[in-house]
Amino acid sequence: MAKAIKIKRGLDLKIKGKPELTISEVSNSLHYSVKPTDFPSLTPKMIVKAGDKVKVGTPIFHDKYREAIQFVSPVSGEIKEVVRGEKRKILEILIKSDNEFSSETIDATGDTKEIILKSGLWPCIKQRPLDIVADYNKAPLAIYVSGFDSAPLAPDFEYILKDKKPELQAGFDALAKLTEGKVNVTIESSFKSTSIFKDLAGIDLHTINSKHPAGNVGTQIHHISPVNKGEVVWTVNAIDVARIGTLMLSGKIDFTKIVALTGSEVKAPSYYKVVSGANMSDLIEGKIATDNVRYISGNILTGQNVGKEGYLSFYENQVTVIPEGDHYKVSFTEGWLAPGFNKLSNSKAFLSALVPKNVYDIDTNLNGEERAFVVTGQYEQVFPFDIYPVQLIKAAITNDIDKMEKLGIYEVAPEDFALCEFVCSSKINSQEIIRNGLKVIEEECM
Amino acid sequence: MKFLRKFFDTRYEKTNKKWYPLIESFETLIFTPNHTTKSGAHIRDGIDLKRTMMFVIIAMVPCLLFGMWNVGEQHFIALGDSSVDFIDKFIHGAIRVVPIIAVSYTVGLAVEFVFGIIKGHALHEGYLVSGMLIPLIMPIETPLWMIAVATVFGVIIGKEVFGGTGMNVLNVALTTRAFLFFAHPNSMIGDKIWISRLTEMQANGTMADGISGATPLGQLATMDPGTIDTYYAEGGVTFSQSLMGNYLGSIGETSVYAILIGLSFLLITRIASWRIVVSFFTGGLVMATLFNIFAGDNVFMQVPAINQLMLGSFMFGMVFMITDPVSAAQTNKGKFYYGFLAGFIGILIRVANPAYPEGIMLGILIANVCASLIDHMVINANIKRREKRLVKATV
Repeated sequence: MAKAIKIKRGLDLKIKGKPELTISEVSNSLHYSVKPTDFPSLTPKMIVKAGDKVKVGTPIFHDKYREAIQFVSPVSGEIKEVVRGEKRKILEILIKSDNEFSSETIDATGDTKEIILKSGLWPCIKQRPLDIVADYNKAPLAIYVSGFDSAPLAPDFEYILKDKKPELQAGFDALAKLTEGKVNVTIESSFKSTSIFKDLAGIDLHTINSKHPAGNVGTQIHHISPVNKGEVVWTVNAIDVARIGTLMLSGKIDFTKIVALTGSEVKAPSYYKVVSGANMSDLIEGKIATDNVRYISGNILTGQNVGKEGYLSFYENQVTVIPEGDHYKVSFTEGWLAPGFNKLSNSKAFLSALVPKNVYDIDTNLNGEERAFVVTGQYEQVFPFDIYPVQLIKAAITNDIDKMEKLGIYEVAPEDFALCEFVCSSKINSQEIIRNGLKVIEEECM
Repeated sequence: MKFLRKFFDTRYEKTNKKWYPLIESFETLIFTPNHTTKSGAHIRDGIDLKRTMMFVIIAMVPCLLFGMWNVGEQHFIALGDSSVDFIDKFIHGAIRVVPIIAVSYTVGLAVEFVFGIIKGHALHEGYLVSGMLIPLIMPIETPLWMIAVATVFGVIIGKEVFGGTGMNVLNVALTTRAFLFFAHPNSMIGDKIWISRLTEMQANGTMADGISGATPLGQLATMDPGTIDTYYAEGGVTFSQSLMGNYLGSIGETSVYAILIGLSFLLITRIASWRIVVSFFTGGLVMATLFNIFAGDNVFMQVPAINQLMLGSFMFGMVFMITDPVSAAQTNKGKFYYGFLAGFIGILIRVANPAYPEGIMLGILIANVCASLIDHMVINANIKRREKRLVKATV
């Protein structure tokens, strides 16, 4: 049954650099990358080695413990290098593109699960609990898709997907075959009458107000039907649903994506068409105003700092460029004692609280130092779950599995804590803590 | 500011690493460090603990300034000298109060630095607030050495043994006050300690006639059975006087107006939790009203509920003590129970036990101890909800 969800707690961060609704092409990169580190708690096992020829869709590594989950090349060309880090951990696989994008052929008839697994699109499907690539052996109770992204400067899904209605329908049809439960889609309530999702068949359509983290699928699951211990639900990004749809309709594996290039340091923020795993420097060339900036694949709350020479991450449809804050700030003028007309804060302790319409140009400075938890009630203001965030974080810090279970670790993903991390006056890295908590749970309880 | 930056940079180069916490502590007063986010959210809220603590200190300034004036005012009233002007009263008060603040900060920060250097971290901001709270809750005649000893006790036993700022169970300033209260009761209760230079004046015979030297609470606690009218007839503090604050009491606690300025600042900036403030006030009001109902001929119990709350440390405690987030309940629901409990017990101890007219302090300390229990119950309710949901799902 369709639900109209309303969350009160949350926070919309007003940041400079909202993308214009235009899509441009960028020149293809020479090198592309697939990063096993994009997939939390994955242990990759290489299938190919440096020098091997690959096509779009050629498997290059798989999950060591669930072998059917394959990760494929987004381009055709030659494996250039397997980059390893400490303890020979695989960091990324660099592929030199031949710029032809010749593709493996996929037989799109037969068992849906098999098709998606073979195509390399399976990693688009994630699961709760744990926020990892879905385990194909466990039947999900339901599948959840968020119809919009509410993160700061997030891409507009309605815009990106405007011509993809048939693909979306095919994608949802495929998802429906993967679960005996429902396929729940949640859209922003103001798009109720215009949304591309509104007449799609076979889905349960819910609405939610727009305050971030309303667009996070975790928030939506929690308000539709929270995950209990022992249950599994799957989540898919709406853009990836369309990609699965393309596969089902045509047998083609489409790794192009439309990325929103956003942030205060981008000269003209807008949308660009790229191929998954493309090089950042090709995307941003000539479009960045200043030098000392951070290149984030994803949004400013949950994305990855990949650097100028880095590569776009698998799940992200956004790139954010903001100034680095690696300089000292004199406390009276721009630091902790400043009046703060231009300080972005959820507290009311800066004069910026008097100008609610301000749009901010914010850097990566921590604006303080890490401390023990002191101020209480801050997280609760931005955390729309019936979960005690601080207590759950403390349980995760102390690796107290029993407490974590009782306090709701199965319902959350690190991204749900992103706003808590932002507002924290003690500057505690709660997303990292929750990720570690989830790892402990995976090792001990799954 | 470049020369300062250079100054700190060269200090780092020239100093032994173990003294870094000391340099960092001063450095971060002047510069917000160049630390950037490493993982997770790439941007962070402008607020940090330093600003939070500084705002609490700013909120205390009206109380401090009024307290200085009031110390002078009470001193010259006791002298019977009505010709002294505002400035002289203030100067007299400032001369008496500033040394107390100096001792409190010097001793407390010294202890913090020692622990910081041992543990290798820069000064944690908590003491900045405690250091100002301690003077404001002391009687003016408290000897400086006692304040020093009590501060050492408060910081070490009240906070550092638990792991420092953020880990303490009890409010540090109140621990200090409670220590003195039980270790040196003669210097904390009675009628010799509330007027600046009282003993000298008595020795010189310069006291005006009819000055009792007792706080209104002390006076109420020792009154013979009768009606409240006798209290007012004997020069008891009226409602409007208690709002103004020109009566005897600890340095910063008397003026409700000054406290309310601080309160509005803390509520507007959302630094104090309104939940705690409201429930504390309600708790005190309920208890005081109950006393009114069952007062009989007990004068203390007859004090009209709202007047009762305006006296002594109730209002000060409500704004600056009970709202300390570390020693308070941490859950939003728990904060209601916590505040109510503290207000309720505070007034109970104040009125029902004549030996402890400063019962608010004990009420808050008891609530501090109960805070984790309250949170435990609130969180358990959440856990039960989750368990029920699971049972329902599996049936």
